[in-house]
Amino acid sequence: MARKHLTGEFFMNGDIACAEGAISAGCRFFAGYPITPATEIAERMAERMPEVGGTFIQMEDEIASMAAILGASWAGAKSMTATSGPGFSLMMENIGLGIMMEAPCVVTDVQRAGPSTGLPTLVAQGDMMQARWGSHGCYSIIALSPSSAQEMYELTIRAFNLSEKYRLPVLLMADEAVAHMTEKVTIPPPEEIELYTRRKPDVPPQKYLPYLPGADLVPAMAIAGEGYGFHTTGLTHDEKGYPVMTAEEQEKLIRRLVEKIEVNKDDIIEYEEQGTEDAEVVVCSYGVSARISKFAVERARQEGIKAGMLKLVTVWPFPEGRIKRLAKKVKAFVVPEINCGQISLEVERCAGGAAKTIPVPHMGGSVHHPDTILDAIRKAAR
Amino acid sequence: MSRINLNHKHPMDAYLRTDRIPHIWCPGCGIGTVLEVFLTGLLKSGLALDKVVIVSGIGCTGRVAGYIKLDSFHTTHGRALPFATGLKLANPELKVVVFSGDGDLFSIGGNHFIHAARRNVDMTVLCVNNFTYGMTGGQAAPTTPLTARSTTSPYGNYEQPFNIPYLAAASGAVYVARWTAVHVRRLETSITEALLKKGFSLVEAISPCPTVYGRMNRQPTGLDHMKYYRENSIIKHDADPREVDIEQNGKIIVGKFVDIERPTFSDIQAQVLGKTFGAEAVATGAKRK
Repeated sequence: MARKHLTGEFFMNGDIACAEGAISAGCRFFAGYPITPATEIAERMAERMPEVGGTFIQMEDEIASMAAILGASWAGAKSMTATSGPGFSLMMENIGLGIMMEAPCVVTDVQRAGPSTGLPTLVAQGDMMQARWGSHGCYSIIALSPSSAQEMYELTIRAFNLSEKYRLPVLLMADEAVAHMTEKVTIPPPEEIELYTRRKPDVPPQKYLPYLPGADLVPAMAIAGEGYGFHTTGLTHDEKGYPVMTAEEQEKLIRRLVEKIEVNKDDIIEYEEQGTEDAEVVVCSYGVSARISKFAVERARQEGIKAGMLKLVTVWPFPEGRIKRLAKKVKAFVVPEINCGQISLEVERCAGGAAKTIPVPHMGGSVHHPDTILDAIRKAAR
Repeated sequence: MSRINLNHKHPMDAYLRTDRIPHIWCPGCGIGTVLEVFLTGLLKSGLALDKVVIVSGIGCTGRVAGYIKLDSFHTTHGRALPFATGLKLANPELKVVVFSGDGDLFSIGGNHFIHAARRNVDMTVLCVNNFTYGMTGGQAAPTTPLTARSTTSPYGNYEQPFNIPYLAAASGAVYVARWTAVHVRRLETSITEALLKKGFSLVEAISPCPTVYGRMNRQPTGLDHMKYYRENSIIKHDADPREVDIEQNGKIIVGKFVDIERPTFSDIQAQVLGKTFGAEAVATGAKRK
């Protein structure tokens, strides 16, 4: 008997939880290419897609995988790929195509240490800026960061919902530690899972303008084979979807692509706080680093330091407003992350000199030792 | 001399985005000819047009997707095939056509081409081969004949080109034909056959590029190319694809080279998955939600 939707409590790793989250979200097309430490997602999808009536295909590379999920998205499927750094680099061009064509899909990047082949089996968080800016040109993106296997499950669903709602590739920026960590995952029954599906056109084909934005700046999306006869392109285009090679159209289109994220950011941005009400030092972290940070914050509190925690769930768009408000009342931000300091620059920019920003960089291969973070908190509190 | 009536309707207007005309192609270019022949061949196929989707890559031929009034996708350079694979597998009811140029399909997209042919995904590829990168001004392509000049082979090309039908046949295509822009009726027949063929079909249409390729290779007008094709083409159906290389100023062997039966990706997928999930469940495949 084929398993459809799993419901209950499971002991599973983050990669498997991600695949199950995709299935819960309605993903029925997965294209991917083997790469450590994301391979288990493809393996799980190879097993599970046929069980739920979906399609799994192992493509010839990550470029093809990204292209295939865009095609599947236009055929009406919720689609996904999963990769790690080297594959993420290869996907960049077609992520840009997804942004320009406004094709909903989800890309999971299980981060490992780079650059290049780096440490294929070991943890890092070095792709955070690549997630933001990796494809050429100017655009906005949505990226989420899970800290547990449970969040791998839940944020994959959220990534699909956001991609369908705002019509763009949404990035799930996981890391090797979270993806390979096996822990309890609770999967609710399907009827308790809130799902969002792209808005379809409510006008006949002759009146349909594929890129006419709605009030939320997102256009309604026709899919292939339903008689709409639409055209879509990676070129700068007008509301008909036709290429227009002018500065004016570029201004209009790119502004809208950026603003559709900007005006909806209250719906998109999520973070968790702990002890920030009276905190003098706020540790701002994400992914596996947020778990270790939380431990260090609790220890600091035991020592009498007024420490708090700001865990980023949505990393892009960046919770600029929250950092700005906190900066007015705290002494310093401490930013542990497994890279040379990517998100710390963003925190520093948002703090705008009102509070100090102390990066706690770690080059990858392991997670931070809690004492390293605790030391940074102690110094910041002085 | 005003014999050209600009208000005159083109017989294919109903299938073109006339609000995008004039098109970008140069005088004497063969892409417009191939496009018209494609539309004629498509209409003859009797396929339901609502289910036909056109996918292009980047380049002069890549712009075709923007002129055909069907669901059409102008994707990234070289990636039309994997994009088309996603469309087809996510909705098997679609008839997917990839319409792109030689540089797009066989240089930057070469890896995708051999894998799509190997899988035998049910789709038709129409390759306009003008032996060069027209859009960027006439650089050498993986199809440029030996000794031919281009802006990146100014002393003559010293790279062995691909023989497209041989590559397609060896990679697993079930239908392979080659014609030139002179052979409009035969090209049309091959396009109709390819569209109705189950599996991965390839039609190569050799086409003039007087503006950049021809200018550097003593064929400065479209007419020069057409005369050359007429005088030098040899129709040889079932020719061994290994023997249809194109040489500079040589003969061009045209015809239908491959027309075989081989189970498609979806056929084999249904067969294999059917053993576990039952034939009925697999047949409805992606439609089950």
